[in-house]
Amino acid sequence: MHTSTLSELAQALEAGETTSEALTRETLERIQAHDGRYNSFITVAEERALEQARAADQARADGRAGPLTGIPFAHKDIFCTEDLRTTCGSRMLENFAPPYNATVAQKLDDAGAVCVGKANMDEFAMGSSNETSYFGPVTNPWGDGLVPGGSSGGSAAAVAARLVPAATATDTGGSIRQPAALCGLTGLKPTYGRISRYGIIAFASSLDQAGTLTRDARDAALMLNTMAGFDPRDSTSLDREVPDYSASLENDLSGLRIGLPKEYFSDDLSPEMAEQVRNAVREYEKLGATVKEISLPHSHLAVAAYYVIAPAEASANLSRFDGVRYGHRCENPQDLNDLYLRSRSEGFGEEVKRRILVGTYALSAGFFDAYYLKAQKVRRLIQQDFTDAFSEVDLIMGPTSPSPAFAQGDKTDDPITMYLEDIFTIASNLAGLPAMSIPGGMVNNLPVGLQIIGNYFDEARMLNAAHRFQKVTDWHEKVAPNSV
Amino acid sequence: MQWETVIGLEVHVQLATQSKIFSGASTAFGAEPNAQASAIDLAMPGMLPVLNEGAVRMAVQFGLAVNANIAHRSVFDRKNYFYADLPKGYQISQMYHPIVGKGEVSVNLSDGSERTIGIEHAHLEEDAGKSLHEDFQGQSGIDLNRAGTPLLEIVSEPDMRSAEEAAAYLRKIHAIVTYLGISDGDMSQGSMRCDCNVSVRPKGQTAFGTRSEIKNVNSFRFVEKAINSEVERQIELIEDGGQVEQETRLYDADRDETRSMRTKEFANDYRYFPDPDLLPVEIDDDYIDTIRDGLPELPDAKQARFVTEYGLNADEAGPLVQSQALADYFEQVAGGSGDARQAANWIMGELARLMNQNEVAIQDCPVSADSLATLILRVQDGTISGKLAKQVFEALWNGDGSPDEIIEKQGLKQVSDSGEIEALVDQVLADNQAMVDDYLGEEVAKKQKKKFNALVGQVMKASQGKANPAQVNEILQKRLDTKG
Repeated sequence: MHTSTLSELAQALEAGETTSEALTRETLERIQAHDGRYNSFITVAEERALEQARAADQARADGRAGPLTGIPFAHKDIFCTEDLRTTCGSRMLENFAPPYNATVAQKLDDAGAVCVGKANMDEFAMGSSNETSYFGPVTNPWGDGLVPGGSSGGSAAAVAARLVPAATATDTGGSIRQPAALCGLTGLKPTYGRISRYGIIAFASSLDQAGTLTRDARDAALMLNTMAGFDPRDSTSLDREVPDYSASLENDLSGLRIGLPKEYFSDDLSPEMAEQVRNAVREYEKLGATVKEISLPHSHLAVAAYYVIAPAEASANLSRFDGVRYGHRCENPQDLNDLYLRSRSEGFGEEVKRRILVGTYALSAGFFDAYYLKAQKVRRLIQQDFTDAFSEVDLIMGPTSPSPAFAQGDKTDDPITMYLEDIFTIASNLAGLPAMSIPGGMVNNLPVGLQIIGNYFDEARMLNAAHRFQKVTDWHEKVAPNSV
Repeated sequence: MQWETVIGLEVHVQLATQSKIFSGASTAFGAEPNAQASAIDLAMPGMLPVLNEGAVRMAVQFGLAVNANIAHRSVFDRKNYFYADLPKGYQISQMYHPIVGKGEVSVNLSDGSERTIGIEHAHLEEDAGKSLHEDFQGQSGIDLNRAGTPLLEIVSEPDMRSAEEAAAYLRKIHAIVTYLGISDGDMSQGSMRCDCNVSVRPKGQTAFGTRSEIKNVNSFRFVEKAINSEVERQIELIEDGGQVEQETRLYDADRDETRSMRTKEFANDYRYFPDPDLLPVEIDDDYIDTIRDGLPELPDAKQARFVTEYGLNADEAGPLVQSQALADYFEQVAGGSGDARQAANWIMGELARLMNQNEVAIQDCPVSADSLATLILRVQDGTISGKLAKQVFEALWNGDGSPDEIIEKQGLKQVSDSGEIEALVDQVLADNQAMVDDYLGEEVAKKQKKKFNALVGQVMKASQGKANPAQVNEILQKRLDTKG
């Protein structure tokens, strides 16, 4: 069954060909047997998962089953799960089990989905290669020694390795789309405010958005149907009707207007990558879409603005990890200052510390205007770029990442090179726009992601475009050589 | 040298919402430590603030009451600092765009003059928890029940020129917030706290001197004392050739002195920035108008009405409107007795004296307004003398029954039977032949009057104060005239 997509598993469950308990047992056994190779899970929730699976089978017997009932999946370890350890990839939360569910976790629980475990990730979602996790790096099923991307590297590796059909993830600057690209998956980051952030451990509150990593767009639509929606507990979530994302998947694409930002095809992108992306876009023309070059003139400022705003917000968001109420606490603190200093020094890894320092600096008296306020101005310019673009086109397409999966250790010594991994993905976070990455080609036998950026709340159109593409291409069906 | 004092106050008013400003936990005072701290108040990972509309409404009420501009758009900021009783590592406050803009209040001073004090702005923020340093053997306890309690911080202009003005201003703020019902104003429980910014400058100089800030002064009396002692300290310091340092000081009431808490070098850089978890607060004119229409009569308007409606002068009306409860009490006594002047005299005389002496608030006063009204009526209708009324009032205070019961029980009814009084007069004349002769022999009218009054006194004494004084006068005069 492990080769099946989420939608196929849902059909099998519906048809009575298998049970959730059987699926879950198989999933748990496969994780047990093979995850040593990927390190994609931080915590496996055997007992809890089997209990949920039996409850799902009961629900089905009672005629209360929905599309996700009984489906095993993984949560990125940034979603708080009640009484189930939630580490955020950090030593700080090595032993933290929240007494509450994130809204996303609650919704998936309520839908009867079965959480088999918590996926590895970059520490506090800070990283683009899943090498900053306190629980060790994650290996990409597309090749030993290759990174899966980050920060949702564990979620991506687990789906690419075919350990689970789907995983939740979060995207602050590309953390869903870049791993999707590097692992040959469909990754969806919806509009900011589409999915509640309640119970998601915050990295940068104005940029964080939950989403999905799946094998195809059809599965992404099913997940989004359950995960999206207004939440009174998150003031930034938007009170807007959730359409049935599955219903419009088959819509005809003729007349669809696609824009290719010329800034996304510059020297930052290798000719081979560019060619793959252009080939993919050509498929859309065959499907009836029109393609034109557009400009997003402030694109080159996105990474710089992001690396002021995100660390600034993070520096405050991570202040609560002080060793006082929960989380890591140093041994024998001498006084309050010593407690803070050592608990945080020991609990946080290098990249997290770097970003706290950068953010603290950017907000400091004398620098606030030059950094934080200026970055916010840039952010508005970038938003305006997109607003202008969407007056001419329906979807924007381009590469997801500058290169395919790279080797572990390649970029860890140079943070700036690592930050440039997100050069094409960051702008949509700054603008709050929905964006996704779907498999769009191959370079050196490694997957290449095609990024699709939509207008606000236009997820249905994006999923429709992705699905129609996947009906006429097989990039998303390529199997990672090291999958099981 | 002549010195001028310059004072500005920052008053923190705890708003009387049922639940906290950003969580659903109760704000009730006196619960077991940490029994009223929700996951949000504890700053658990992934928790998000949701603004309590009640706090916004109360802030707007206050703003309208002091004729301030209400911001149609206000923004919450994070104020970053580490402390054990500040769970998030930042306090949510309003630094750049407060909800209440410039306003003003007028205060009456003891010399009969009136001063207008500007309000620079007022903003919403959350309170911190409490650190408990006793009873923990070298460790500190943290109680987060208060964490997240809504506060309105009211910042005055540096308009006050004496400790008396500062105390009068604080009393006015207290009256306004309690009239509005947006705070219980209980300073002993910390519902109202005051930071005093104090500086001195040579009279005539326009530039301000260096100020010190006296933190957390918690009574009207202490505000006056703390400012006076700080002013004295600063003047002495300067006259001795020293300089005032910009610093935070604490007032020690036992020693009646302020002492340094922290100097400017150790001042925090709070790194304020807009809280990305909360949307800007948008308020429209309808919202403001609805609140304006619902405002109660405020102290100044009530004082003016007492002058026109009850014929009191402003000095008499001023103290009566200091609290809504006292003003209500007055109106009930005035209405019941039909004699507003007597009502005011009783309330500001005997009642105020006993309330002060016994430290009782008007709400807990054992003499009901109806009883006091009845007492005044009994004086009016001649049932008792004005002199004995005080005795009845004290009995009322002690809970000895209704006015009529007390008059009856204690036999205080005024004697108005002319036969009885004639008998008393005759007896006194017979017993005091020397005084009578003295009177009759006096030639100077003024002196004779005095001697007459002494005889009246003897008659009153003989009647144990119960004889109707007017009748005594009349009968005595008649008798003496026939002797003469």
